Amino acid sequence: MKAEEIQRMANRLRLHVIEMTTAANSGHPGGSLSSADIVASLYFSVMRHDPKDPQWEDRDRFVLSKGHVAPVLYAALAEAGYFPVDDLITLRKLGSKLQGHPVRGKVPGVEMSTGSLGQGLSMACGIALAGKMDAKDYRTYCLLGDGELQSGQNWEAAMFASKYELNNLIAIVDRNHLQICGDTEKVMAVDPLADKWLSFGWNVIESDGHDVNKILAAFEDAKSFKEGPTVIIFETVKGKGVSFMENNAGFHGKACNKDEYAKAVSELKELI
Amino acid sequence: MGLAQRNYYGKALAELAKTRKDVVVMDADLAGSTKTSDFEKVAPERFVEVGIAEQNMIGIASGLAASGKTVFASTFAVFATGRCWEQIRLAVAYPKQNVKIVSTHCGISVGEDGASHQGLEDISIMRSIPNMVVISPADAYEAYAATMAIADYDGPCYMRLGRADFPIVTKEGAKFQIGKAKVLRKGEDVTLIGTGQMVSACLEAAKTLESKGIDAEVINVSTIKPLDAKCIIKSISKTGCAVTAEEHSIIGGLGSAVAEALADGCPAPLERVGTKDTFGESGKAELLMEKYGLTAKDIVKAAKKSISRKK
Repeated sequence: MKAEEIQRMANRLRLHVIEMTTAANSGHPGGSLSSADIVASLYFSVMRHDPKDPQWEDRDRFVLSKGHVAPVLYAALAEAGYFPVDDLITLRKLGSKLQGHPVRGKVPGVEMSTGSLGQGLSMACGIALAGKMDAKDYRTYCLLGDGELQSGQNWEAAMFASKYELNNLIAIVDRNHLQICGDTEKVMAVDPLADKWLSFGWNVIESDGHDVNKILAAFEDAKSFKEGPTVIIFETVKGKGVSFMENNAGFHGKACNKDEYAKAVSELKELI
Repeated sequence: MGLAQRNYYGKALAELAKTRKDVVVMDADLAGSTKTSDFEKVAPERFVEVGIAEQNMIGIASGLAASGKTVFASTFAVFATGRCWEQIRLAVAYPKQNVKIVSTHCGISVGEDGASHQGLEDISIMRSIPNMVVISPADAYEAYAATMAIADYDGPCYMRLGRADFPIVTKEGAKFQIGKAKVLRKGEDVTLIGTGQMVSACLEAAKTLESKGIDAEVINVSTIKPLDAKCIIKSISKTGCAVTAEEHSIIGGLGSAVAEALADGCPAPLERVGTKDTFGESGKAELLMEKYGLTAKDIVKAAKKSISRKK
């Protein structure tokens, strides 16, 4: 897919996110919207995968460490063809495969069970290490929240990836600066973030997380680095694409009401 | 004469290193103590050292298992279960990953290191997680056989092993069946149900009881979950009362598992030998076993009490 189409696809994913979370009357729209361009770039250009064969041994793996933004992952998987788009509306309903947080084995294309923050990077390290042991050339991508980096397990995993020179592992930080209780720097500062990763021995790339051309370029850079693991810190806006959700921590874990829904949908339809 | 379970775990891993290319072994800076170093000697390329980072170890184990590996992750019981309980719950048990968490240094017989290192709650907290198999072999030979059995089982397992030498009560080379309890001694008056090294204490207690005219049946429950309730209920239906014995808290461990089975299927008097909702302390293993009521004598006393409660 070309950059322009990916950008439109990202907004389609955003529209799905709003529809799904509104229908569920719960869920996490804010962080889903901030990572939509990154996730669209991964599934429609960057990653090697086959929706018809989710267990393909040589596929690139995606681990959604910030599991609460499951809606954007489900939307991408459905649009890519892993399951019908019509299923999206069942999010968080009793009996649905689309659980509030991703579950391995329940949804085609979902690699790992996540949702308890701080664990995904360790899992991604394990997948990447297995790839090394088996001399496979797949890559493992792991999407992390910025608030999530307050959890120490991430840094255990960061040390590990560095020690085992996991150059097939690409961590991605959705740096939207907000978590449930507000500004990450007030809740528990994660800055200077790039310096932290650098000091743990990672290759660090910083880029704009909403410009698809820049996102694709950042991933190309990451893929060309062979000495060890790479992290891409994408600067993003929480709630991106819906005016009243942008930079609003209140929509971290809250769905739209009826009026908000109508406004969000009309804004996003303009972008598609 | 006794043998250390962890040494036989190491032997089994070394064997698996040769025969099973899918097996990966992980440790958190205790390979020399847990004996996973025996695997590393044979297959260094499939040995993963994570440093003192147990939560990370479990996450990595989950990722390796998701990629087709059979993973053994080891450290001391307290750290292997308590430090990373929630990681085990989400990353291993929920998605049914093929990860075996094998801990050494279980129970109070850890001795001198004291309470911080004496795992007395591990069975309880592992047993409460859905999809988790919980195994506690009686001796070194059974530890070897159980290691082989869990390597063949596709799913999450927790196995607890001791540090010290334990008396031998099983036959070397006997096959281990997950979920099967074994009657080691037939009897009519009381059922003594043991796990881990307390199985040998149960056998010793049975001898003492015999000299007093009491005929005790002894069962080795080396799989605590899934519990072989059928075997236990069959025995207690005959004897009419029971004692459980474990080197673990009486809260949530074997005693609780058996109490639950009896409540469901065969209400009968049950006395539980184990640590009584308390932490341990530093000291020689034998002295601690005495102080905390974990000897054959304590089982004899409990058996008499259990019998006296029969209607």
